[in-house]
Amino acid sequence: MQENTQQKRRDFLQYILGGSFLAWLGAIIYPVLSYLKPPKQAEVEVNSVNVGKSSSIALNSGQIIKFGTKPVLLVRTAQGNFKAFSAVCTHLDCTVQYKNDLGLIWCACHNGKYDLNGRNISGPPPRPLSEYRVTLQGDDVLVSKIA
Amino acid sequence: MKKIFQWLDERFELDALVKFMGKKYVPIHSHSVWYYFGGVSLFLFIIQVITGILLLLYYKGGEDLAFESIQFIMSKVSFGWLIRSIHSWSANLFVLSAMIHMFSVVFERAYRKPRELTWLSGMLMFFLILGFGFSGYLLPWNELAFFATKVGTDIVGVIPMIGKPIMMLLRGGEEVTGATLTRFYGIHVAILPGMFTILLGLHLLFVQRQGMSEPIEFTNTPEHERETMPFFPNFFLRDLLLWLIVLNVLAILAVFFPWELGVKADPFASAPAGIQPEWYFMFMFQTLKMIPSHVLFIDGELLGIGLFGLAGLVWTLIPFWDRKTARGEHNRFINYIAFFAICYIILLTTIGWLS
Repeated sequence: MQENTQQKRRDFLQYILGGSFLAWLGAIIYPVLSYLKPPKQAEVEVNSVNVGKSSSIALNSGQIIKFGTKPVLLVRTAQGNFKAFSAVCTHLDCTVQYKNDLGLIWCACHNGKYDLNGRNISGPPPRPLSEYRVTLQGDDVLVSKIA
Repeated sequence: MKKIFQWLDERFELDALVKFMGKKYVPIHSHSVWYYFGGVSLFLFIIQVITGILLLLYYKGGEDLAFESIQFIMSKVSFGWLIRSIHSWSANLFVLSAMIHMFSVVFERAYRKPRELTWLSGMLMFFLILGFGFSGYLLPWNELAFFATKVGTDIVGVIPMIGKPIMMLLRGGEEVTGATLTRFYGIHVAILPGMFTILLGLHLLFVQRQGMSEPIEFTNTPEHERETMPFFPNFFLRDLLLWLIVLNVLAILAVFFPWELGVKADPFASAPAGIQPEWYFMFMFQTLKMIPSHVLFIDGELLGIGLFGLAGLVWTLIPFWDRKTARGEHNRFINYIAFFAICYIILLTTIGWLS
């Protein structure tokens, strides 16, 4: 009977000790993990960017523009139409470019290809590029997010 | 000299240590040459530490400083170009030497009981070496490094559930920025060297404690027919001679083929045509390039990364599933696997270079 009580006490102390150890470990690990997680930084929301004069953009060419912190590819087709897409390849995050000899959007990293509607047509990209709206205000080219 | 030794011997009993080292023997057989690659890897690690510390004296981390500081090291600091070139070449030779060491251990079955933990510590060190290569590659903040880091960290992000948080942790944010550079700098010069040194200490301790591994055929030959050589000084002096040769090869490479710096990274530029990773990541890069966007219902990138992860795990756990070798029998299947792995790496790397 006495032995049984002693065993119970020992078990109880072991639980307390084990629990305290886990709590102590948590008290160390939690702040370290929280410290490693980068804090969210306030970014100015960009909804529209003025790229410049349409007359200064050559036919059958592409250029990367800064859309806040994101790169956006602005393409002027051989017919003179403007198209804009996110320049981040949907495969593994490389920055795409316009290949004017093929009339396609191309990612140099893994040879992914997209057509001028942003659709993934060849290579490893799994999804199309997200599209941006291009509007002309007089001679000014404006690129904006599609809501 | 003798007096100094006596002085130290009185205090630290060095005589016992010398006697202990003299007791260690290296088996002599037709494959003995492979024993040297562990030592060569160790030597190249020492070179990395020394040149790395020297580079630290001038390198400045940060988006606006990193590239310029390497430019400064290469153009203004006396012999800066040489130190940086040796660091880069030595890093590549280090990976090569560790790779040869790893494959020779597999072909010789040196991982078998009782050396399972020696193999495991070696494999962990090999992964850390790749980590050294990947993190160090970004530090000059050039175009190639920028995209290699984007792709490499995005690959981590593909892993379901835990991938995205780990990617954020590595990048220090959503994108590859100056924050990533700072993190990679810390990983490259503090975290990885610390972990590597602990594993290296364990690895060497295991080798000292258990002695050199013998091939199965050697163990099966009668004792009087086995030839051995004392580790100290016979094998040790041969090791030193080879280290000297490696140092000369390194000097020739660094002087005649100095490591280029490339173009400064621009987060708003497209990835340049012909972009490629370091040679030791090329076979994986080429595989990811060749896998279509979807295979059945699985994303191609997820499939590729999953298969490489699985292959790496199976490879790392060889001593724990290769029961036949553990029993002292010859398991040809292991040779086929290792041979296939070598052929795959060479073939895909060649295709990558040619395409």
